[in-house]
Amino acid sequence: MAYTENELASDLENQEYKYGFVTNIESEQVPKGLTEETIRLISKKKEEPEWLLEYRLKAFEIWNNMVEPTWAHVHYDKPNFQDIIYYSAVKKKKYENWDDVEPEMKATMEKLGISMDEQKVLTGTNVAVDFVMDSVSVATSFKAKLAELGIIFCSFSDAVKEHSELIKKYMGTVVPVTDNFYAALNAAVFTDGSFCYIPKGVRCPMELSTYFRINEQGTGQFERTLVVADEGSYVSYLEGCTAPQRDENQLHAAVVELIALDNAEIKYSTVQNWYPGDKDGKGGIFNFVTKRGLCERNAKISWTQVETGSAVTWKYPSCILKGDNSVGEFYSVAVTNNYQQADTGTKMIHLGKNTKSTIISKGVSAGKSNNSYRGLVQIHKNAQNARNFSQCDSLLMSDECGAHTFPYIECKNSSAKIEHEATTSKIGEDQIFYCNQRGISTEKAISLIVNGYCKEVLNQLPMEFAVEAQKLLAISLEGSVG
Amino acid sequence: MEQVINTENNVDIVQPNGVNGILPIELKEKATALLSTLSFPTTKTEAWKYTRVGKISNKKFDIQKSQISSIKNYVIDPNGISIVFINGFYNASLSKLSDSINVSSLSEISEIEKNKIGKNIQLENEVFNTLNTLYTTDGAIIEIKANQNIHETIQIIHIITDNKTISNTRNLIISQKNSKASIIQAYFSENASETFTNVITEVIVKENAHLTIDKIQNESENCYQIATEQISQEQNSTFSINTFTINGGLVRNNVNINIEGQNCETNLNGIYILKGTQHVDNHTIIDHKVPNCNSNESYKGVMYDKSTAVFNGKVFVRKDAQKTNAFQNNANVLLSDDATVNSKPELEIYADDVKCSHGSTTGQLDEDAVFYLRARGISEKSARQLIVSAFIADIIAKIENENVKEYIFKNLNENYNFEL
Repeated sequence: MAYTENELASDLENQEYKYGFVTNIESEQVPKGLTEETIRLISKKKEEPEWLLEYRLKAFEIWNNMVEPTWAHVHYDKPNFQDIIYYSAVKKKKYENWDDVEPEMKATMEKLGISMDEQKVLTGTNVAVDFVMDSVSVATSFKAKLAELGIIFCSFSDAVKEHSELIKKYMGTVVPVTDNFYAALNAAVFTDGSFCYIPKGVRCPMELSTYFRINEQGTGQFERTLVVADEGSYVSYLEGCTAPQRDENQLHAAVVELIALDNAEIKYSTVQNWYPGDKDGKGGIFNFVTKRGLCERNAKISWTQVETGSAVTWKYPSCILKGDNSVGEFYSVAVTNNYQQADTGTKMIHLGKNTKSTIISKGVSAGKSNNSYRGLVQIHKNAQNARNFSQCDSLLMSDECGAHTFPYIECKNSSAKIEHEATTSKIGEDQIFYCNQRGISTEKAISLIVNGYCKEVLNQLPMEFAVEAQKLLAISLEGSVG
Repeated sequence: MEQVINTENNVDIVQPNGVNGILPIELKEKATALLSTLSFPTTKTEAWKYTRVGKISNKKFDIQKSQISSIKNYVIDPNGISIVFINGFYNASLSKLSDSINVSSLSEISEIEKNKIGKNIQLENEVFNTLNTLYTTDGAIIEIKANQNIHETIQIIHIITDNKTISNTRNLIISQKNSKASIIQAYFSENASETFTNVITEVIVKENAHLTIDKIQNESENCYQIATEQISQEQNSTFSINTFTINGGLVRNNVNINIEGQNCETNLNGIYILKGTQHVDNHTIIDHKVPNCNSNESYKGVMYDKSTAVFNGKVFVRKDAQKTNAFQNNANVLLSDDATVNSKPELEIYADDVKCSHGSTTGQLDEDAVFYLRARGISEKSARQLIVSAFIADIIAKIENENVKEYIFKNLNENYNFEL
């Protein structure tokens, strides 16, 4: 029996967001609203040094004078910044070891598929995790083992206390407070995040990972991630995110800064699966994130992202190729379904000589969603022999969705080579027919074709993530045959 | 963007010198009202991101009549019909009309007929369109009758002759059902600098009609020009526009095409070859509103010295415009480290059964190819010129009118020593 479109449609409606549960755990919150007082309170609760409070207050002042930008190709009701809880923390103090962790928390992590138990890891994956729930980091694994190599991997709050000189030196150097509206907001109210420092010449032996989870109602998540790879080092960093299923729109405004010093390499992979809202476009996370990396001489930064969640996504992981011979890469799969909207892409700023950048972006739009690629390739005057290749493909799965491409290409050097190409089309009926003929259902055929279409990007992910991402793609698109 | 209230209102850069705009009073009243609220675009205005209009906005331009003795140098097709405008005023003695076709100047037609003008021109937020509407001095009205195949080329020749002069010309071209015609729009300056040519051409291509416009811009490097073509295409029609920017200090081309009927074909081609401090901005919008249409766009540019080129092409495919094929290409060669190119090919697609693609490249001459030619005894200079000529050859090959082709060859050879 052929799989009919109606069957697909009903399957889609029954498809639940797998991570939509809420953990019942006591939490401590500050009152709603954003004033100088809120910021002082957050800073006090986190026992921060004076300089950080000043940094926050300055950012708050700057943010107050900024206007929310409207240039992105997305439509949403602007968040009411006075109606957000800016700090929500699990009551229990940080867990010193695994046995202290409450059963609810353990169950949550298990449901999310996060393994914190270092003993069990031997049989499974080899990943060190920093778990951030709402405003604070809950647990970090493998800390001791990494410390043997001199690698610092901890929550941002711990780093402020224990490694303040590094934080002071690098925080805000890649994404300054004045960068944009949401970066300024983040600088004022950020609550936690991850910090990672790889010393000179060290190759980090395991994947480092942060898992972000929004749990409480009415909260916003504002975390900061700072990864510093010192000369000649290497690190692969993963990021995952989920949130409960709710009718309200929750705001997630993060800042990620990567610094790759001479000859260093950072690989940053994201699987973003925030709650996307229901099939009528109600609820879901607003994901407004600023991600940027700085490459010194011979350094390399590679961004890989699989974006399937969020009601509205607005992010451009970028590379500033400052040093000669540095390399920037951006691999992205963005899938939107129902009423999701995504405006995502990258910026490659070529400043140094012989800098290279590659952009591979694959957009898939289904349902009534809108999916935009927006990218900037900028070759500065002194960037001799700069090289860029961009490919931005869009796949349309229904007649009510939209796929858009807005590339900006600016070149001021005559020795640069820039190529950009983009295509937009739907899955060919002949391709599906070919699969059907060989006994593959339409549903499976689509999954197969989309996976093949995204292969170039999925191949860039670490193995554990790639498997997860493939499943996620299949789920996100289930029943979206146009 | 929030509307910026222009307190100083220095938008009105035109000194009319007693000359009244020729368009219907209602249009002018609307334009006057709007002018007090508008401001000049800045680099923060998305559509003008890479083009500064300071050279235009900080000046005052006069409207003034003038006369020249001969247009010999400006006639591209000697056998064609020509309709000549000097500083935006129709010049009957220099024009050469024919009975085969209705060509007239705006100043010659009745008030009722003038109501055909301005139907598709947006004035809100468009300061240059508003200025043109308020101060239109004259323009060409061309109506190609139904079922006619016009063999003579129709030339609209715009010449600007005095320093600090503005020409606000407004043309209207209507291709009636089943007609076929080819038009040359040419822009020149004669011993003039710091002039501002602000031209709008409205084009309506009716059912089954075929229309080609070859647009040749050859004003001096001290002249500024904003040329807007607003096109509306009805079903089964074919429209092609070829834009050749040979010279000009600041040139902005707006080509806006609305495809309103099914089975249309639309072709846009362009070449810009720049030197000195020239700035050329090609801005195109193709709006596919209905199904089963094809559009092809290809712009190529070569930049010498300190010149700047901008390409911003946008293709819309509306929700119902299924089975649309839209292709867009922009290729640039930078021949100097002080030259800049900004390319922004955009696709905005709301229908799924479409084939759309775009490409943009920026690079330099292939050194292997230069070596290959030199190894065969061709001088380095010639080799480079040969490669540049080859780069633009495919666009030149698309020109149907031999006279246009010859004119472009001649000018490129003179300006850049090409051996075309």
